[in-house]
Amino acid sequence: MGSLSKQQVEEIAQHLENAELQAQSVARITDDYPNMTCDDAYDIQWEIRRLKSSRGTKIVGMKMGLTSRAEIAEMGLEKPCYGFLADYAAIPDGGDIKHDELIHPKVEAELAFVTKVPLKGPGINIGDVLRATDFVMPAVEVIDSRYRDFSFDVNSVIADNASSSRFVAGGAMAKAEDLDLKNLGVVLEVNGNVVQIGAGAEVLGHPASSIASLANQLAERGEEIPAGTFIMVGAITTAVSVKKGDHFNVRYQGLGSVSGRFV
Amino acid sequence: MNKEQIQLCGDELYNALTKRHTVKPLTERFNDISMEDAYHISLRMVERRVQAGAKIIGKKIGVTSKAVQNMLNVHQPDFGYLTHDMVYSQGEEMPISQKLMQPKAEGEIAFILKKDLIGPGITNADVLAATDCVIPCFEVVDSRIENWNIKIQDTIADNASCGLFVLGDKAVSPSKIDLSTCGMVVEKNGHIISTGSGAAALGSPVNCVTWLANTLGQFGIPLKAGEVILSGSLVPLEPVKAGDFMSVSIGGMGNASVRFV
Repeated sequence: MGSLSKQQVEEIAQHLENAELQAQSVARITDDYPNMTCDDAYDIQWEIRRLKSSRGTKIVGMKMGLTSRAEIAEMGLEKPCYGFLADYAAIPDGGDIKHDELIHPKVEAELAFVTKVPLKGPGINIGDVLRATDFVMPAVEVIDSRYRDFSFDVNSVIADNASSSRFVAGGAMAKAEDLDLKNLGVVLEVNGNVVQIGAGAEVLGHPASSIASLANQLAERGEEIPAGTFIMVGAITTAVSVKKGDHFNVRYQGLGSVSGRFV
Repeated sequence: MNKEQIQLCGDELYNALTKRHTVKPLTERFNDISMEDAYHISLRMVERRVQAGAKIIGKKIGVTSKAVQNMLNVHQPDFGYLTHDMVYSQGEEMPISQKLMQPKAEGEIAFILKKDLIGPGITNADVLAATDCVIPCFEVVDSRIENWNIKIQDTIADNASCGLFVLGDKAVSPSKIDLSTCGMVVEKNGHIISTGSGAAALGSPVNCVTWLANTLGQFGIPLKAGEVILSGSLVPLEPVKAGDFMSVSIGGMGNASVRFV
C-alpha cells in the first residue's frame, strides 16, 4: 500500500528525473518522506518511466539491483529490486561513456538474459526462466545513484530507477543450456588492472533467480516480462568507481569480453 | 642468520607441527631473518618430515592474491612442499581437530604435471604443455605461528602455512578451460560464502606455476612429472572447525568437497 498522494509521487518523480538529466545529486527522498513504502517507491519509478516514454524515449530493457549477498545482508532485504533501461542508456561495446553526464558512476560486471516468450508471475521459478530464455550475453552496467555520496536505503533506490544510468552489452551470446551460469567466472579490469573477480552465484545464488524474481514482482503490479526483453541480472562483482579517462574490460568465461571508456 | 639458527628454527617448527603447539613469530625473535633464511628453515622442516617417512608429492604456491600480498607487504608469491600425508580424497573426512591448530580453507586449482619443468626461461606455454590435467582443490592451511601473526618470512619458514588438502575426483585437460576466467563458488554448510575466478591468483593460475618453475629453477630444483602443484587461492580464506562441510565448484572443471571432523 502506498502512503503518498498522486501529486507527491509526480513531484518526487520529476525531482529525481531532473537530478538524473542534470547530473546533480540530491538528498535521499526518504529523509523528507520517512513513511514512504516500497509501493510508493515503485509508483515513483513507474512515473519516471511514464515521463520518459511520453517524451518519446523507448524503454529497451529491465535491470535488477540489490542482488548480492553482501547487499541483501547489509540492508536486510527480502528480495532484490528492479528498474528499467532507457534507450539513451545503451552504449556500444568498446564505446565512449560521457562522464560529465553522470554524477559518480561505478561499473559492475553483469550478465543479460534475452527472453523468447513472455514470463508472467506469480510462481515463476528458475526452470521457467531458463525455458523462456532465448540467449544470455555479457553486459556491464554503469550505475549512478542520484543521491549524494551514494547514500541510500532500499526505497530511495527503487524510486531512483535502481541507480540505472548506462550499460554496455557485447561479447558473445550463448544458449543458457550451454552455460554453467552459477559457476560462470568474470574478471573486471580497469585501466589494465584486475580489480574485481566473481562468479554467477553472486547473483542470488544463480543468475536465473534474478529474472524469476523480476517476473514475480512485476506480477504484483499486473505486469509481465514480454518476449524479447533484455534484462540485466544484477552485479557479479562489487561496483567500482571510475573517473574520466578510465577504461574497463570485463572478461567472461566462455562469453568473450565487454569494454568501454569514460570520456 | 647462521646455519645453526636456521636448523634450530626448522626443528622448532617441525616439533610445533608434530606436537601441535604454536610458537612465537620468528620475525619477533630474529630481526635480520631474510626470505632466503626463511626458505632454508622451511627446507629443514621438510627434511625432518622426510626423515620421518614423508614423501614429497608436489609444491604449493601461496600469497598469490593482491589482498594477501598487501597484507604481508610483499609483491611476490611464496611456496611450500606437499607431502603424501597431507592429501585427502573427495568426500573423505578430514581430521582437522586431530591434525591442525588454526585451520582455514581456500579453494584453488591443482595442476598435475606430465613433464618436468626446469626454470629459468619457463613460459606459460611451457606450463600448459607440461600440464596433464587440472583438478578442483580445497587447501586447508594452518599456521604453526601463534594467532596467525605472520610476516612473509614467518609463513615461508613454516612451509608456506601448509596444512592438508583435498583433490576433487574430476580431472580436466588445461586445453578445455580458460584458467583465467573460470569461476569458483565456495559453499559452507549449505551457504554460498564466496565466489572468485582464475584471475584472482596473479592474473591467472598459469602465471603462478610459471613463477614457481622459474623461481625454483634459480636453485636448480625442477618441478617433476607427476607432481601436484597447488596454484593459489581464488577466494578469501575461511576459518573452519570440526563439523563443517564445504564444497567448491569451478566452472568447466567440477567440484571438490570435504567434511571436517
